[in-house]
Amino acid sequence: MSAAERKTMLLPTPFHSRVEQYCELNDWGAWQGYTTPNSYFDVELEYFAIRSTAGVLDLSPMNKYRISGPDAEAFLNRLVTRDVSKIGVNRVGYAVWCNDAGELMDDGTIFHLAENDYRLCSYMRADEWLEWNALGFDVTINNESDDIAALAIQGPVSCTILTLIGCEGLNELKPFGIARFDFDGVEMMVSRTGFTGDLGYEVWIDPSKAEALWDQLFEKGRDYLIKPIGSHALHMARIEAGFLQAKVDFVPAEIAVRPGRTRTPLEMGLDWQVDFNKPLFNGRAALLKQKEEGLRYRFVLLDVEGNKPAEHSFILKNGKQIGIVTSAAWCPTAKSNLAFAQVEMPHGAVGEEFVAEIYYQRELQWTRLMAPCKVIEGPLFNPPRKRQTPAPAH
Amino acid sequence: MTKYDAIVIGAGHNGLITSSYLAKAGKKVLVVDARSQAGGCASTKAFANGFHISDCAQWVHQLDDKIVKELSLEMHGLRLGKAKPTIALQASGEHLTLDGDSLSGAGISASDKKAYKAFRSQMRAFAKLMLKLYRTRAPKMVDADWGDRMTLLSLGLGLKMMGRKNMQDMMRLVLINIYDVMNEHFEHDGLKAAVALDAITGTNMGPRSPNTVFTYIHRMVGEALGNRGVSQVMGGMGSLGGALLSSAKTQGVEVRLGEAVTRIIKTNDRVTGVELSSGDVVEATVVVSSADPTTTYRDLLGYRHIEAGQARRVEQYRTRSGTGKLHLALSGLPSFTGVSGEDHSQRLIIAPHMDAMETGLNPIKYRELSSQHVFDISLPSIEDPTLAPAGQHVLTALVHYVPYELKMGWDGHEGAREQLLESLLEQLEAYAPGIRDLIVASEVRVPEDFEASHGVTGGNWHHGELSIDQSLMMRPFPGSTQYTGSVEGLYLCGAGSHPGGSLMGLAGKNAAEEILEQGVLS
Repeated sequence: MSAAERKTMLLPTPFHSRVEQYCELNDWGAWQGYTTPNSYFDVELEYFAIRSTAGVLDLSPMNKYRISGPDAEAFLNRLVTRDVSKIGVNRVGYAVWCNDAGELMDDGTIFHLAENDYRLCSYMRADEWLEWNALGFDVTINNESDDIAALAIQGPVSCTILTLIGCEGLNELKPFGIARFDFDGVEMMVSRTGFTGDLGYEVWIDPSKAEALWDQLFEKGRDYLIKPIGSHALHMARIEAGFLQAKVDFVPAEIAVRPGRTRTPLEMGLDWQVDFNKPLFNGRAALLKQKEEGLRYRFVLLDVEGNKPAEHSFILKNGKQIGIVTSAAWCPTAKSNLAFAQVEMPHGAVGEEFVAEIYYQRELQWTRLMAPCKVIEGPLFNPPRKRQTPAPAH
Repeated sequence: MTKYDAIVIGAGHNGLITSSYLAKAGKKVLVVDARSQAGGCASTKAFANGFHISDCAQWVHQLDDKIVKELSLEMHGLRLGKAKPTIALQASGEHLTLDGDSLSGAGISASDKKAYKAFRSQMRAFAKLMLKLYRTRAPKMVDADWGDRMTLLSLGLGLKMMGRKNMQDMMRLVLINIYDVMNEHFEHDGLKAAVALDAITGTNMGPRSPNTVFTYIHRMVGEALGNRGVSQVMGGMGSLGGALLSSAKTQGVEVRLGEAVTRIIKTNDRVTGVELSSGDVVEATVVVSSADPTTTYRDLLGYRHIEAGQARRVEQYRTRSGTGKLHLALSGLPSFTGVSGEDHSQRLIIAPHMDAMETGLNPIKYRELSSQHVFDISLPSIEDPTLAPAGQHVLTALVHYVPYELKMGWDGHEGAREQLLESLLEQLEAYAPGIRDLIVASEVRVPEDFEASHGVTGGNWHHGELSIDQSLMMRPFPGSTQYTGSVEGLYLCGAGSHPGGSLMGLAGKNAAEEILEQGVLS
């Protein structure tokens, strides 16, 4: 009996029958109420599939909101900090959004599907916040999270495999572009986007075709060593690529309970996302004030000596704690021990050196390691194929 | 094109007061109002042939004496009638008279008299303390500046100076309901209800609603401001508007009546002016709105021009009133049983029992008509014969509880207004037999009507429920306190800002002081 029939607390995604079959380790985690694998067969091999061949991630649990109507662009421009008018039709843009206090609520991507028609993908459920934001705008907001199945196919041969299943000419698609193909009689939307910093695509399709899509990909991709990947392998890849993760690298404002635990985009190194030339967006006044008065924290990328990931480490300066690590991993391709950290201002200029207080356990024994580390400019993994158009063939 | 220092939206009492204080300080001010009569809710209208009624507010009981003097309102024609005691009509005919601290009536015990004095004295002490807070902008608690801290300090000191007993009582009472407090203090049901009426007037609350001691203290502030009981304005309430208008004009304020502001204009990130119903665009350094917060942010500025959290606050701001009015033109003086001829000019109330008030509130929660009402009656033509043809009279009454929204619709086939009128007359007749035969013309006004005629959202003359969570440092809501919101160049000066509603004027005065203090017009 499959999980779909068992009625478990966590829901199966449209790909579940296939995912279950491939999930050799039976290592399941919860993502937005869905059950998805942490790992399928071996975290490092899954990671290497992303970097060397192609990795497939079931991202169906991602929250997807359709935003349409005459005021769709104006609505989004008030919602997010960046200028949405710069995202052309059939283009995708990264975006972050704040509450009135300028506190970071979430980050996500905006798909400009057609004139006055957008899809917002978010990490957090945003139904209520979007509804409040819709006051005064002529827009319709539809949570279509369950209506669309989605896979990420990431890695050097991703374009080749997708071409083999019918995405003719996909190699001409520019980064952050959207293209549409026919798959078994339905429209399959492909965007050149992802969370790995590599050449890669995300495929969006009606749930009824999910299993057929998976089967096609794994059949045509077999010779190219296509592999399914779980959230742990993705975690390594995204750290290497320098991507933030909501709830890990910052506390989304709506779920923060303790005062002072939220961060603003400016404090998360997202100032490039904040367009003060826009006359209004949620948090503008508060962020302008913070810009004038000074930041409390700075988000930094650290290169840590040694190979022990600095997970949950304190960051010390002259023996005094001035920061914490939010994400860390040994990154095999960059051959670096990377960490994302929040440090108190004025610390954190590129080149500044700290000490990471790392604890790790070997055969029950906890060891404390004081590892020197240094603020670097990122990201360390940034291959040309990520940007090349046409995408390199294999 | 002329550019003003300030455009004030609304020529109600607060709008005119803000304008006058700004103009007094040398600022160039324009006031715009959709109505052709100045005064806002202090208005008079012709009613039937030769009759005039105050068609919205009917009493003055909170007007700040200081403002009256500073704006020379008496010189500009303001004449208040005599301070009126309250006569609480009882079905038995053994009426009570509440006059300042004194209480009389056949059914009143000595202990009630004593308790009434003590209760009033304590409430007066609380009101005096509250006035400290009313005379200034409400301090912010989190981002307090030095001014705010001084206010808080003075408030804290004031609280301490009242003594341990009073301080404990105030902390205990301010959030609870008037029903319990009345039962703690008094025996006579009519007395309890008479006091409770002052606690619920203009609100959507019953005697058992939490927060109704706070609203009572709010009303008591009127005494600390120099009012004794209630008074009528000679010539009708509109004469207060007239005096304010004349005073404002003397200060150099420009006034455009009969022209509505249709839009507050935001250019880039700040407010720069307004658009009028004529299509004219008028520019100013600041726009000050005496319209209620909902009208200001939702209708005039538009939710899309403020941040979403602020829009949410506006949308959740409670504005429904439960108060309507009854207007009657009468061919002669009605006779209320047990009330002497001259006493008909006092404030007459019909509020026999707090339980009846509470059950009167229940149906309106469910958008239904109530069958029991509470009346606050004025027969102004006795003291001011100009309001009616010789020998004839007008009666106006504030009537609780009338729903803002009615399930069947106010203009439905069922004739809801007619049904309400019939019910009100029936209740009135029990106290004034034969009044029906005197009626020349009649009218009921429901909250929705005030919204249409006076532009107050929810028909609420407080411009938003006067509850603790929407008062003082939280009025109208966090993010829009201290007379300003998150939009640069836009200020609030109406009853929706601190210290709130009734014809008081402090919101208008405080707003002007805050704008001048901020130096945005220098």
